[in-house]
Amino acid sequence: MALDANSSESPALVQEGAVARFFRATEIDTRMLGMIAAILVVWCIFDIWSGTKIANEGLFGGSFLTPRNLWTLLVQTASIAIMATGMVLVIVMRHIDLSVGSLLTLVATISAVLQVQHLGPALGVGHWSIWILATVAALSVGVFVGACNGYMIAYLGIPSFIVTLGGLIAYGRGIGFYISEGVTIAPLDKTFKIVGGGVPESWLGPFWSWVLAVIACAAIAYAVYSGRKQRLRFNFPLRPMWAELLITGLASATVLGATHIVNSYPWPPKLIEQFALANQITIPPGVENRDGTGVCMAADKVVRCVDGLIFYTGYPVPVLIALAVGLVMTFIATRTLFGRYVYAIGGNPEAAELAGINTKLMTVKVFALMGFLAAVSAIVASARLDAATVSLGDLNELYVIAAAVIGGTSLAGGLGTIYGAMLGALLMQSIASGMQLLNLPSAWQNIVVGSVLVVAVFVDQIYRRRVK
Amino acid sequence: MAKTSKKTATPRKSARSADVHDVPSAVKGAKPHKNLKERGTPLIEMRDISIAFGGIKAVDHAGVDLYPGEVVGLLGHNGAGKSTLIKVLSGAYKRDAGQIFINGQEVTINNPRDAKALGIETIYQTLALADNVDAAANLYLGRELKTPFGTLDDVAMEAECRNVMHRLNPNFRRFKEPVSRLSGGQRQSVAIARAIHFNARILIMDEPTAALGPAETAQVGELIKQLKAEGIGIFLISHDLHDVFDLADRVTVMKNGKVVGTARTSDVTHDEVLGMIIAGKSPPGAIPGPGAMREAA
Repeated sequence: MALDANSSESPALVQEGAVARFFRATEIDTRMLGMIAAILVVWCIFDIWSGTKIANEGLFGGSFLTPRNLWTLLVQTASIAIMATGMVLVIVMRHIDLSVGSLLTLVATISAVLQVQHLGPALGVGHWSIWILATVAALSVGVFVGACNGYMIAYLGIPSFIVTLGGLIAYGRGIGFYISEGVTIAPLDKTFKIVGGGVPESWLGPFWSWVLAVIACAAIAYAVYSGRKQRLRFNFPLRPMWAELLITGLASATVLGATHIVNSYPWPPKLIEQFALANQITIPPGVENRDGTGVCMAADKVVRCVDGLIFYTGYPVPVLIALAVGLVMTFIATRTLFGRYVYAIGGNPEAAELAGINTKLMTVKVFALMGFLAAVSAIVASARLDAATVSLGDLNELYVIAAAVIGGTSLAGGLGTIYGAMLGALLMQSIASGMQLLNLPSAWQNIVVGSVLVVAVFVDQIYRRRVK
Repeated sequence: MAKTSKKTATPRKSARSADVHDVPSAVKGAKPHKNLKERGTPLIEMRDISIAFGGIKAVDHAGVDLYPGEVVGLLGHNGAGKSTLIKVLSGAYKRDAGQIFINGQEVTINNPRDAKALGIETIYQTLALADNVDAAANLYLGRELKTPFGTLDDVAMEAECRNVMHRLNPNFRRFKEPVSRLSGGQRQSVAIARAIHFNARILIMDEPTAALGPAETAQVGELIKQLKAEGIGIFLISHDLHDVFDLADRVTVMKNGKVVGTARTSDVTHDEVLGMIIAGKSPPGAIPGPGAMREAA
């Protein structure tokens, strides 16, 4: 066995160049690296481009690579990223779910109507239990509708494309419209809104963000360490020590860097002022300054200034939810029987069936999970908007599928990663909000996003052919 | 280690007493082993199996048997019923009539899980591997090892997979790659490893070499001999007469859902077996079945 281990998996090892050796040693997914590089390139381009219009404090003098914009970008990505993690499993199992955007609208509508028209009047507006009941109702509806989709696909034998296309038409603008009578339902419960990331209560603050970052770094180090210990125990080939340290270092640096960025985004001055008034914090005296992000007292007036009272946001709740969903879904996909079966069914449904896997029940479960995640996204999206509208989830299904596909999920089934889909969502959102930042006409924005999807898949196919 | 497979079959009733008397005399000819009986109880005996699909009798009162450490080749044209008969054994099809005995005890097989619990493993023509996961994941597909926390114990599965594959195919190294990247022979070894790893006693191989090159076919042949030496009984379904003559101890030929005859490979020639397959003519060296052309009558 030891001999096996040392002679490694490939006889072609000798002929490999330094770069290939590096990737083999570190076992870094080159595809993921490519996506991260693409995202960074897009960010830099937008920053430079926006800098040529109006100079700002971004890394290259633009307004894209600023804490404010990156923070907003993360919040905007959250809803699509959450659903994309589930879509990966759906597509891996050789299905598709076109109904997630519509389902998002339906779930948001139901939970909003429940809060505003039923629970509010019954329990009193702002009652502590409203957000819990609304959340439970939302998640239950999501799971139920998802399971129904799955049941029709698995047990009635209707193709998933058709079932969910029907859902796309019927759920949001059908049932949802019927329930809300087409009007915007607002405002939502105060506590419920925290999930959206739009209020100070939904920001973790610098201290807890750093605590979280340190915990994350410790977890990364522990994961690398325990992985190495396991391999040692069974005498498997080990990664070289420098590779382990490099990976731990890079991952930790990413976490710390991201934390630094979100901790550099100050609250809007208006909110600082409100918070100070509400908590009897004295606002220091200062000189008005238009560029300032803090607040201070100039005579009797509260003004913006550079050295005044300032709070930083830290991680917003929706981003934390998205990250948590990503972690849990990665765990489900790679470490549990459920995930293993999803990938096995996607690779060869017949073999999975012959191996004794209940593929029909698995289909129902995967669609129920997708419905659950659509409900989570519905909560995040409606809480962020502080309202439920009939157009809340419009086109979301397409962005979600695009994110999964850009992230390397194969529509032929069997292939796809959770982190890939989340990065795909981030890439799409980066392009979309970058163009909004540049104030490009919306027609151009649509053309670019559509083209990016097609080009991304084309590049991916070339990459895969070369790998093979 | 793997979960211990059930050593004891689930006996419905002790069939030994009913053995001779309950069988209708009209189909006694369907038991060709009677005259070959020299090794006691067969490992598997399929008796009088019938299965029809919408009025077409795919298998019509057919019977085969198999002894420990023996390879029995099942031959016949496409549509002769050999695959259907064997799918009854592997649990993929449910029989309309007939009995299956393992070590002389009647058993019930209604689905692939029943068959597996009885130590019957099948290697399908299409190999039935999940292409996108690695060898260890395929080896344990449907029977995954878990950690105390209920999560997949990939490391333990890989370690065990390395052991098994080392035994079957010492040159196998590609444990981390999805099996779609492996060669046909390597994939075949994974499929065989999967079949024998869980204490299989009876192995069904449906065209095991159909997709393989000559070197890989030879490798599978070696593997079959090794499994024979371990006392595993093997049903070999094949079109390739040479393969069957190389590997099988006996052949059973089917035609139109009926058994033409059963013969030791040493007692018949290629041509005689061809005659059984094509014309349904049972040669002198074989024990004729109900499907044999009746020249005397």
